[in-house]
Amino acid sequence: MRNFLSKIILIKFFIFINLTGSLLSNTIQPGPLSYEEIQKALILSKPGDIIELGEGIFEFEDGLSLDVNNVTISGEGINKTILSFKNQKSGAEGLMITSNGVTLKDFAVEDTIGDAIVVKGANGINFLRVRTEWTGGPKESNGAYGFYPVQSTDVLIDGCIAIGASDAGIYVGQSERIKVLNSIARYNVAGIEIENSFYAEVIGNISEHNTGGILVFDLPDLPQQGGHHILLENNIVRNNDTENFAPEGNIVGNTPNGTGIMVMANQFVEIKNNEIKNNATAGILIASYQDEAEDKNYNPIASNIFIHGNSLINNGFNVDKIRASPISEVTNGKVPDIIWDGVVPFIEWIGLRSSQRIILGDNYSDSDTPIFANLKLMTKYLISSLHKVDTNYENYRGELNPIRPVIFEKD
Amino acid sequence: MKIFFKILIIFFLSVNSLRAETFSLLSEYNFFQDIKSQVPNKGVIPYHIANPLFSDYTYKFRFVSMPDNSVASYNHEKVFDFPIGATIIKTFAYPVDDRNLKKGFQLLETRLLIHKKEGWIPVSYIWNDNQTDAEIKYIGKTIETSWIDKNGISQNVRYRVPNINQCKSCHQINKVIKPIGPKGRNMNLDFLYKEGQKNQLEYWEFNERLTNLPKRKIPKPAIWDDESFSVSERARAYLDSNCAHCHREGGSAGNSGFYLSLEQNDGVALGIRKRPVAAGRGSGGMAYVIDPGKPEHSILLYRMASTDPGVMMPELSRSLNHKEALPLIYDWIKEME
Repeated sequence: MRNFLSKIILIKFFIFINLTGSLLSNTIQPGPLSYEEIQKALILSKPGDIIELGEGIFEFEDGLSLDVNNVTISGEGINKTILSFKNQKSGAEGLMITSNGVTLKDFAVEDTIGDAIVVKGANGINFLRVRTEWTGGPKESNGAYGFYPVQSTDVLIDGCIAIGASDAGIYVGQSERIKVLNSIARYNVAGIEIENSFYAEVIGNISEHNTGGILVFDLPDLPQQGGHHILLENNIVRNNDTENFAPEGNIVGNTPNGTGIMVMANQFVEIKNNEIKNNATAGILIASYQDEAEDKNYNPIASNIFIHGNSLINNGFNVDKIRASPISEVTNGKVPDIIWDGVVPFIEWIGLRSSQRIILGDNYSDSDTPIFANLKLMTKYLISSLHKVDTNYENYRGELNPIRPVIFEKD
Repeated sequence: MKIFFKILIIFFLSVNSLRAETFSLLSEYNFFQDIKSQVPNKGVIPYHIANPLFSDYTYKFRFVSMPDNSVASYNHEKVFDFPIGATIIKTFAYPVDDRNLKKGFQLLETRLLIHKKEGWIPVSYIWNDNQTDAEIKYIGKTIETSWIDKNGISQNVRYRVPNINQCKSCHQINKVIKPIGPKGRNMNLDFLYKEGQKNQLEYWEFNERLTNLPKRKIPKPAIWDDESFSVSERARAYLDSNCAHCHREGGSAGNSGFYLSLEQNDGVALGIRKRPVAAGRGSGGMAYVIDPGKPEHSILLYRMASTDPGVMMPELSRSLNHKEALPLIYDWIKEME
């Protein structure tokens, strides 16, 4: 009997080890079998598990995916643990996350054939010190997005780096409650893009050498639209001097070369205390959606855009004449740092209604020419003989309630 | 002593619940009389659907197993409501020679969707080299193989067995896993049973496997390669079965706002003059998903005709072009105004 019992204890112990094995640290190292090992760990993981990846270059031919809640994938450093998809043969992206509360930290995803990291429909996703990069420099054949959370909530991107995306380095689409903090975006078409999203803060990032530094867009014909409550604060948006290399047809393909910050068709956007420097077309561009849209629920015109406390230095020195032709047509010589296209609903244009569109607080500029221009494109298109650009800053001076900090649901 | 006994019970219970979920070998389910030739056991019904998903020219052998005395309930536009305990079985295979099927098949994988109380569980079994049985595999596999096609040409293929996440990405709607094929409008076809040729719906009803079959006449489904249907009917049928499992509200591509199910009537949602959103180089430099009258300027056709993993659609289940379907989509877009 005693013998029998001790056998059970032994078996039990053995099972205990097996069941808890995943809780013990078991770092996966790069090697010929590492794809299977990682994908297996991702599939068999349980909520709370940490999947640790060792230092070195992991080479994969197929995409990876995770669909278990609250799992952490952790490398040994943003430049130390590298998932390389240079020879990718299948899968439209490098890493696909479809579960809630996942944390990705301390690794890099390189040279994926499509997007680098896609997160779909997640409640809670944390990217901490993760890099996505196409190592061959800006190229049309690079994947579209580096960081690509979509239809998600409570999105945190902190301390990340995005390089070389042919659409946006850090892109958050159709999501709600978003923080993009302390990150760097370089050599993408769009450095950071918040699209069709609600309640976002973009704070303390550096966006440089892209075509456009930070874009806040809203587009028609999508399940979630009407982007609103976006705060852009304390970002450095400089030297955005990479020629637009987006494949044609994509909306970011319209981003003028050398755009600092661009807002299109959003409501309640606060652009505060940013350093915006050396952007050839414009420092800040506020525009309406220009293409025809049949979507009756779509509002193509921006409103309640509050711009204050920014330092605007040496922008608008060489306008992209193709993508920003309205700017180059209506201004001579140096372009003001802040440009608004001046498109409003017709009823507003004829003066039967008014609403807050652009609100300017104090902004610093080194230029002795006007800082701001309303291009008044409505007038230009409708009665061109009356058209005159309005550069009177004081006409737009005002105050708007600050946008409140984003609070995640779990906080 | 008591505690050990308890632990023992807990242990057996937990092992049992795991076991109940899945077997490690396909043969253990006892679905087949002759597993190698895919001859089902009594009570396991073979079936086919009007418009199957193109999967690199594989043949698919479909079966459903339902617990004794249980029935599925008919839905026309949605998948039948299957009873708990039902399993949908699908084996993927290449013919040795597509000109002469008598030469047999190379069985690649058998996918199961098992209907549990907690929902549908997807699982795939990969066939061994001797083709005597198939073993469970959660993480997918790449199978490099070849077959002789209908024109007598040997075709190489890098066939991908999907991992469980990839299974979900097509089978999930609003995060709930469901079968895709066996819906009423896809099942109203004849099948050659060992008892003879019969309509599938009538056969299921006669054998007490299907209930709530409507009294009215159920329309015959358009079949994508049956030229007795119009180009538009055929194209929509093809797009429904090859795209709409993701391209629908709540599907994996729900974020695109581009929806291709047969029930979709909104032009922009169907892609007509819809601009690409997150397509990247998938746009191929074109402005619209479908540019009416101009198939060569339509992203839809461009992505269907690509085999670059960063461009092609569907993203899964395909590494080769479906040469026979491309002209159909071309003609459909061409005849639009």
